[in-house]
Amino acid sequence: MAYDKFTTLTSQAVPLPIENIDTDQIIPARFLKAVERKGFGDNLFRDWRYDKSNLPIADFPLNQSKYSGKILVGGKNFGSGSSREHAAWAIYDYGFRVVVSSFFADIFQGNALNNGILPVVVSPEFLEKIFAAIEADQNTLFEVDLQKQKFTICITGESTGFNINPYKKHCMTHGLDDIDYLLSMKEEIAAFEKK
Amino acid sequence: MEAKTLFDKIWDSHVVKEVEGGPSVLYIDQHLIHEVTSPVAFLGLEKRGAKVLRPEKTVATPDHNVPTINQHLSIKDEMSRNQVEMLKRNCQTHGIVCHGLGSEGHGVVHIIGPEMGITQPGMTIVCGDSHTSTHGAFGAIAFGIGTSEVEMVLASQCIMQPKPKKMLISVNGNLNKGVTAKDIALYVIAQISTSGGTGYFVEFAGTAIESLSMEGRMTLCNMSIECGARGGMIAPDQTTFDYVKGRQFAPKGEDWDKALAYWKTLKSDVGVSYDTVYTYDAADIEPMITFGTNPGMGIGITHNIPNSNKLSGSDKLTYEKSLKYMGYSEGDQMVGKQIDYVFVGSCTNGRIEDFRNFAAFVKGKQKAANVTAWIVPGSRAVEKQIIAEGLVEILEAAGFELRQPGCSACLAMNDDKIPEGKYSVSTSNRNFEGRQGPGARTLLASPLTAAAAAIMGRITDPRDFLD
Repeated sequence: MAYDKFTTLTSQAVPLPIENIDTDQIIPARFLKAVERKGFGDNLFRDWRYDKSNLPIADFPLNQSKYSGKILVGGKNFGSGSSREHAAWAIYDYGFRVVVSSFFADIFQGNALNNGILPVVVSPEFLEKIFAAIEADQNTLFEVDLQKQKFTICITGESTGFNINPYKKHCMTHGLDDIDYLLSMKEEIAAFEKK
Repeated sequence: MEAKTLFDKIWDSHVVKEVEGGPSVLYIDQHLIHEVTSPVAFLGLEKRGAKVLRPEKTVATPDHNVPTINQHLSIKDEMSRNQVEMLKRNCQTHGIVCHGLGSEGHGVVHIIGPEMGITQPGMTIVCGDSHTSTHGAFGAIAFGIGTSEVEMVLASQCIMQPKPKKMLISVNGNLNKGVTAKDIALYVIAQISTSGGTGYFVEFAGTAIESLSMEGRMTLCNMSIECGARGGMIAPDQTTFDYVKGRQFAPKGEDWDKALAYWKTLKSDVGVSYDTVYTYDAADIEPMITFGTNPGMGIGITHNIPNSNKLSGSDKLTYEKSLKYMGYSEGDQMVGKQIDYVFVGSCTNGRIEDFRNFAAFVKGKQKAANVTAWIVPGSRAVEKQIIAEGLVEILEAAGFELRQPGCSACLAMNDDKIPEGKYSVSTSNRNFEGRQGPGARTLLASPLTAAAAAIMGRITDPRDFLD
């Protein structure tokens, strides 16, 4: 699936200071019945966002108009549980391009990268600083620079580096995906099968 | 020669290419697909004009989204029906074998692979489902993938993966009475947390693990994803070979001898090192039950819910949020708490041994009036065996009814949803908020502990009834 190229992003951020946010919360199973990849953003965090009568739950951050932006900041162990890529699709479809946490579950991290969402791992201390900066001013801006692998709290100028493997960085920067790469390897794969 | 782990041996022999500064291109021997995570992969493939490279290496079955009663009728829910039909159509178009609803081979994808002999030692196996780790019980590298990766495997029979770190979890000694593979899994996850295994592939070893049946080993490897690991595996031994031999897709004749000779080499070399090692004593493990909203929040059934004194900051808030959702308090005793539902089934505990354990416990007793029980076999083959072994009569006499195969209340995509606020003792793998239905409260346990709860109508130590 082709997605937008990612270079740098300066945006406000939406805080979700909860740990172990699993993919069942990101997109509950009952919304996985579609056979196309569209519209999942409407059901992002469905059961935290809406009550039984489908009315928005006022204190959930996504329902608070003071929070906006393309960066989602979550507590540690973000994306644990099910392998459903629908979780990444819902986050992208809602409008997020970056998810920041101090720790990501493996499968979610891979799914995010395969869908043009940049997972940024920061230290637990830096994560607290980000939450504190948003609490102090919800309009505060953050800069994500993929080339320099740097995440900055704009107002204070505090920044931190983050890791991404060079191949994935290249894919994100150019909007490429693994399938293009694998399709270009047909002969090597055929040779491997003959071994 | 360099000492290698079981994992290294299989991984290294499947690397087609190392990408500079990136992941390995890994060849996949067996791909499993189901109706929920495959449709978008087929769409992607068609958009690229690509074909399925090796259709004979993919097997399909609809399991997540199917009803567990009246499977001979058309599926009522339109979206579910569409998804199941889409799987069938995609398989027809691309020449993939699909074990459809109602067919002899139908069942939960991680149950049918092993029982047909598709799952074999030394293989690389993937599926768009995190519990693909189940197949590691055979000494295979098996892990869950996303839909983009399903598309990669369909298109190229390969996947791009960074090599994980290696963890050894050893459990030694004899298991206590009433303690099953499920209890080992919940115990280990409670020890290392739901993120303790992240970035790792786990090898389980030790005398307690060797003593497990293949069904038990599958339960344990199935749950390895719940500690964050990509997968878990166990070196194949005589128990493994005896299980595989004679199954439909197992090698036969000379091929069997050749395969067996190779499989016997699949064990970690003496003196090999792991990135992380944990060692546990089987004697310390009790029947386990969870009290919170992730699989790491489990305790021995006779224990009280831990207090949060030692926690601070967001750890404490998350813990309190979890107990609030469950309607429990710190210090509560688990034994004696009222329950409403019991679910026996899923890729974790939907195999014949699980139903034998459950039936042996409930034999001659009566289901509590306040409990609704859903007894769901993992496959048609399991269902047939339950009938053949006379377990249905035992279950029915005790007030239980056998349903038809599917993932069912494990993730509640079909109609098998636990109502809001109700307590469910479940043999499945996840107790996340809303996992078994919006507002449902899940308590993970073994089939034995589920049986005790179903009979007493409240959380009960199964050992109270065992000789």
